[in-house]
Amino acid sequence: MKAFTTHTGLVVAMDRANVDTDQIIPKQFLKRIERTGFGEFLFWDWTKRDDGSPNPDFELNKPAAKGASVLLARRNFGCGSSREHAPWALEDFGFRVIIAPSFADIFYNNCFKNGILPIQLSEEQVDELFQRAAQHPGYELTADLDACTLSDAHGFSTSIEVQPFRRHCLLNGLDDIGLTLEHEDKISAYEAAHA
Amino acid sequence: MTASADSPRTLFQKIWDNHLVHPEKGHSEEGRQTILYVDLQLVHEVTSAQAFEGLRLAGRKVRRPERTIATADHNVPTSDRSLPILDQISKQQIDTLRNNCQEFGIKHYDLNDPNQGIVHVIGPELGYTQPGMTIVCGDSHTSTHGAFGALAFGIGTSEVEHVLATQTLLQFKPKTLELRVDGELPPHVTAKDFILYLIGQITTDGGTGYCIEYTGDVVRGMSMEQRMTVCNMSIEAGARSGMIAPDETTFEYLRGRQFVPNDFDAAVELWKQLPTDAGAKYDKSLTFRAADIAPQVTWGTNPGLVVPVDGKVPTPGDFDDATEQKTAAGALDYMGLQGGEPISGLKIDRVFIGSCTNGRIEDLRAAAAVAKGHKVSSHVSAMIVPGSGQVKQQAEAEGLDRVFQEAGFDWREAGCSMCLAMNPDKLEPGERCASTSNRNFEGRQGKGGRTHLVSPAMAAAAAVAGHFVDIRHWS
Repeated sequence: MKAFTTHTGLVVAMDRANVDTDQIIPKQFLKRIERTGFGEFLFWDWTKRDDGSPNPDFELNKPAAKGASVLLARRNFGCGSSREHAPWALEDFGFRVIIAPSFADIFYNNCFKNGILPIQLSEEQVDELFQRAAQHPGYELTADLDACTLSDAHGFSTSIEVQPFRRHCLLNGLDDIGLTLEHEDKISAYEAAHA
Repeated sequence: MTASADSPRTLFQKIWDNHLVHPEKGHSEEGRQTILYVDLQLVHEVTSAQAFEGLRLAGRKVRRPERTIATADHNVPTSDRSLPILDQISKQQIDTLRNNCQEFGIKHYDLNDPNQGIVHVIGPELGYTQPGMTIVCGDSHTSTHGAFGALAFGIGTSEVEHVLATQTLLQFKPKTLELRVDGELPPHVTAKDFILYLIGQITTDGGTGYCIEYTGDVVRGMSMEQRMTVCNMSIEAGARSGMIAPDETTFEYLRGRQFVPNDFDAAVELWKQLPTDAGAKYDKSLTFRAADIAPQVTWGTNPGLVVPVDGKVPTPGDFDDATEQKTAAGALDYMGLQGGEPISGLKIDRVFIGSCTNGRIEDLRAAAAVAKGHKVSSHVSAMIVPGSGQVKQQAEAEGLDRVFQEAGFDWREAGCSMCLAMNPDKLEPGERCASTSNRNFEGRQGKGGRTHLVSPAMAAAAAVAGHFVDIRHWS
């Protein structure tokens, strides 16, 4: 897995709550048997108008969003299905950080398996970031997982909370399976005791 | 908090404690990762290919192939199974599952197997799902199996691979949420109405971070299939898992099923130890009154946007905060609604009866009882998709297929079908559908399609009337 230490990137503000995984990556793209190449299908139904042309009103299609790698959204981001294709698509598109007041559990967990840092802030802090993104053209944020901070170049700085084990794995790009297999003796002991 | 085995524990806590591999029992702390043993993994075609590929790339084996079963459900056509699958990409995914199961030695219920069906229907029906188990699947509706008093939840594909390789998962302990409903449901109010009502009350993220336990008179009185409908939609309230303590109803459902323990009575004695102890504490408890629940219809684009069938579609002004108002406005626009109109007046184009929420035999019986002797409205196209081959066979043995076909419903083969529309069953843009499935997200049943979630009886009545009707006044 790709390690995450610190990342500075352009912010795209998506003023929507309950962004579900069916929007992030619609089902017609779940038939593929690869892990890669999902980025071009990200938010497919929102990026297109009914005639198939690009929807100029969609946040990610605006010229100012080009190259964005930090996604700012409202509460309950990633709700719905367990499809890991959602973080695969976000990562493949170029997103490394997602900020919201709350995330759906399965999606949140899936992000850590794919080198994406989901950051949960209070509603008030997220409001402030929406305002700052609107105020400052080319607005960037820096997420420092080592120091556990999120900051901009205009005086905003806050600490961020990440469970220590998840932080450790993401900082080092560790493979969960390898870590678990270090406890293979305990799994065998459990199986022997419950046979 | 460290709980000793002697202090009162919840159902969740008992199952959690019984499956701790590391850290050992008694040493687990909030926020610390735990290695949890997985008793059963269910696999389907959409979220497994990349996991098997990961095993191959790392040169790993499946640790306990006998603790995994697989079936193809999401992507399969529900038309004539003797014909080839026309969508080549779907076919490749279904073929890939078959090949992976063969290579790694996993039991696979293939398309033409009489037991093929939606993974959350066949697990219980074959007796794989049992009280006290930990059950996972790369599918968010795995919460269904919690109806048996199991800890069951959806996982991503990386975790599917982790379970295949290690038979365990790295987990953070969720909090517990008790949803207690006492009293008796009014006539014609079903398990689907019960769970839609609860989601409407606690909202789609009210359960985030929690494992829900449903308690109270209502779930005690429910059949296993009704309990599965309830637990199935826990994820729509944000909870990865929902559970109901096992009781005689549970044991009687399981008795005699194919894969239950050989010494069934001994297993029952152990399962009787599982229910939450008197005095055990949940992190949060909410109580509701059964008498307040009416038949429900969703009006918006998430399952929490729901009203009673005799209610009106709300307007953005009915919501308090700015985010919710914006969500409501977007939902009304997508759904082609003004706000303020009575929900029962909405004319529908399509009806879908099926899915892991409402595709079991009792659901089909309820729909058939309503449809019997009627005709589907001339402007409605209605389909019935049994949840499994067994459900289909049982329905045909009872003559339900003839009731549906005489009424003008399309009778299909088993699969997920138009719940998520990965196969050819889908809505056209702008079509309005009464659906017994679990999600009314934008485009869920087809791009531009407008989904209203209802119970099987309400869906059947809507098919006949051509619009939503209050099932309490159906004759």
